[in-house]
Amino acid sequence: MHDSNRMELWKMNKGLQRIYMLPYALWIVLFVVAPIALILYYSFFDITGHFTFENYKSFFSSTYLTLTVSSFWYALLITFFALLVSYPTAYLLTKTKHKQLWLLLIIIPSWINLLLKTYAFIGLMGLYGPLNAFLETIGIGKQQILFTDVSFVFVSVYIFIPFMILPIFNALDKLNPALIDASRDLGASSWTTFRRVIWPLTLNGVKSGVQVVFIPALSLFMITRLIAGNKVITLGTAIEQQFLVTQNWGMGSTIAVFLILFMFVVMVITGGSDKGASVHEKNK
Amino acid sequence: MKELLRGAILILAVSIILLLINNHLSEGSNKTGKNILTVYNWGEYIDPALLKQFEKETGIKVIYETFDSNEGMMGKIEQGGTSYDITMPSEYMVEMMAEKDLLLPIDYSQIPNIKQIDPYFLDLPFDPGNKYSIPYFWGTVGIAYNPDLLDGQTFESWDNLWDPSLTQQVILVDSARETIGMGLNSLHYSLNSTNMKELREATSKLKQLSPNVKAVIGDEVTQLMVNNEAAVALTWSGQAADMMSENESIDYVVPEEGSNLWFDNFVIPRTAKNIEGAHAFINFMLDPEVAAQNADYVGYSTPNLTALDYMDPEVVADERFYPDEQTRSHLEVYKNLGLKMLGVYNELFLEFKMDMK
Amino acid sequence: MKRINNLQKLYLIAVFIVLYAPIFYLIFYSFNSGGGMSHFESFTWEHYAAVFEDKRLIVIVLNTVIIALLSALLSTAIGVLGAMAIHFMRNKRTRNAVLSLNNILIVSPDVIIGASFLILFTMIGVKLGFASVLISHIAFSIPIVVIMVLPKLQEMSSTLIDAALDLGASRRDVVTRVILPFIQPGIFAGFFLALTYSLDDFAVTFFVTGNGFSTLSVEIYSMARAGITLTINALSGLIFVITVVLVLGYYAISNRTKMPLTGVKK
Repeated sequence: MHDSNRMELWKMNKGLQRIYMLPYALWIVLFVVAPIALILYYSFFDITGHFTFENYKSFFSSTYLTLTVSSFWYALLITFFALLVSYPTAYLLTKTKHKQLWLLLIIIPSWINLLLKTYAFIGLMGLYGPLNAFLETIGIGKQQILFTDVSFVFVSVYIFIPFMILPIFNALDKLNPALIDASRDLGASSWTTFRRVIWPLTLNGVKSGVQVVFIPALSLFMITRLIAGNKVITLGTAIEQQFLVTQNWGMGSTIAVFLILFMFVVMVITGGSDKGASVHEKNK
Repeated sequence: MKELLRGAILILAVSIILLLINNHLSEGSNKTGKNILTVYNWGEYIDPALLKQFEKETGIKVIYETFDSNEGMMGKIEQGGTSYDITMPSEYMVEMMAEKDLLLPIDYSQIPNIKQIDPYFLDLPFDPGNKYSIPYFWGTVGIAYNPDLLDGQTFESWDNLWDPSLTQQVILVDSARETIGMGLNSLHYSLNSTNMKELREATSKLKQLSPNVKAVIGDEVTQLMVNNEAAVALTWSGQAADMMSENESIDYVVPEEGSNLWFDNFVIPRTAKNIEGAHAFINFMLDPEVAAQNADYVGYSTPNLTALDYMDPEVVADERFYPDEQTRSHLEVYKNLGLKMLGVYNELFLEFKMDMK
Repeated sequence: MKRINNLQKLYLIAVFIVLYAPIFYLIFYSFNSGGGMSHFESFTWEHYAAVFEDKRLIVIVLNTVIIALLSALLSTAIGVLGAMAIHFMRNKRTRNAVLSLNNILIVSPDVIIGASFLILFTMIGVKLGFASVLISHIAFSIPIVVIMVLPKLQEMSSTLIDAALDLGASRRDVVTRVILPFIQPGIFAGFFLALTYSLDDFAVTFFVTGNGFSTLSVEIYSMARAGITLTINALSGLIFVITVVLVLGYYAISNRTKMPLTGVKK
């Protein structure tokens, strides 16, 4: 965007803009800044209510560092597989006849209660479930699928797929077919077309998708127990335990502070370069 | 833009219609002054027909809300902003809530039915003289197992779980007190041990159990055992009863070294607005016939001695759920060990969970 | 544009099968006369009958739907304004800072959000119940809307706005005639994912509800200890079928006139 115009737009509605921005600003102050302040405050108190830096020290113990590493590792795996499944899905969806309908049908399963779906997965993946029956008929034989990292990543990807598909679909859908045709006419292979034309133009959508998958995946909990049988433990599990079982709000808050810090790092990596607005400028 | 506006208006209209329907549905019953009683209980933990009967008999309207963990429930009551008249915490939580001054003392002149309760279950250390609580259901912790999947193997002792033939077969419960407690019990230590040496010993013994552990989970264990998905599980007697009602091969045992005796109890929290109604409700629930019907619906063991006469004799005679004096004498009730010690238990438990792969 | 070939069709079919497998599993067992989700004994409608007999359950379902629709609607409105504000910020640093603040609720585990909202509400003196639940759901759904809308704003060709401004269009016209139609797919995506967030939430609702107000998630989670009944399966089956019928119906009606989600006529 021309800087001058952006500035103009910004200037001429400063007064009105303030009014429009008010709800969002209010939201940030009340429901983001205030809770964070609260979390920060709690993180400096021990279980008996005394001021302490002990929680921060404990976070750097081997237990929590291991948890951090494993949370990042699984969040990475989940994001990677979600992207791997979602990109082609979104791409193919844009080419179907009733694409809007199909897209809605991707979202609908996410409206059924997650705990119920997880129970269904326990049944589906069980030793006597349909999945193992299938493996048996094709000759692989019964496998212990539940309570492994594979089932954990699978179900997590399942949960996050709609969140990945939607932004990518939106990016792909508005892609100008003329661009792709032009690239083809110039003799570019499909792969080159994808890499040089399609991918860069959908990068914003992909980034959004990665953000809404990776960030919450860091703090997954319930399914670490139900599907992974606690053989996968993440920071989310630890926070839940500290708040709900040990009632050590101080330590729980400290872990949360670190989660938020990690999120900032992720934001810097995925969005900080301000590529978003400049993609088009480059293409001009 | 038009489309967006139309969509927004449509959604608003639908919401308002639904709101009206909802108001209509909960009409007539709701908000008739002070004659409301808000019951805060675990989900599916009472026969709903009894709530209706209570409403009919007393004219008090019952609002029923549910929680899924003792700690979550306490958090809400502590923070206030609600008006729960009755809730059903477990015994250690009764002690914790009493300590935090979150409970009102019970006025026994309004609860003549207290005499129906087995004296064995009254005046226990977590609430001396039953100042704040009256037992609702009780049970034990033990081993649920399916001999069909284990070549007829049976269990008498905690140590049986360490049997090398059980590789990847045992399900543990995702709760520090129960799992560490099992380690302690298997070493003949007290469930309420605060001795670090004993706790460490129990934890390292648990770590040796790792190869046998299939998973550490929560309430889902019922479904897994019923589906023959798992063969052995550390579990509460109430859940074992649920399993056994759906899968006849399953058996339940309280190991000989001893185990935990637990209670869920009626208490009246500080947030109560209808204290008289709360007493009336407790007294109603303690009526032998009512208690019998409720025990039949929920499937847990009732502490109501007179109610046993109204129940299926076969159920009452089942020593697995109504154990004899001998077994009972090996059972220990959890003490509130304080938040610090609870933290230690959970740290050790986390250590154990991270160790298993 | 080329249509998709058979192999690609197969891939899409596989994705849909996986997405719907757990739901059909739930529905299948809702017809089981046996107690649980295993060993199908014989066919029965009894669990469906039980749904309609349980007035309390129906009230809870309606509560859940009302909260989901209203919170998604309002959070979408606030989120779109927020996304525009972020997009038009000149200072890159501020923009990134606000965006990071935006995402904090996404990274925070629900227990923390729930606990801190509860403290907030009791401090301000909001009565726990419908209002507190609605406000909370709006609050935790806003970030997802912002994230869905932002890439559409970024994709928007600046020449579009420049042209409009050069032609003397008012700021209002630029927003309603240029920006909003262009970002409409992002708005819809945000709205639908906000619905997902609201319908799925258990922990936050648990903390901030009270005075008899409950949602389906809270109800289902609380049942876990004593066992979730097949009534809930039947209920989910009903909700699912109704949703699909509504979506198909809506699509059929709006498709006669124009593309339903994009809204932009082609």
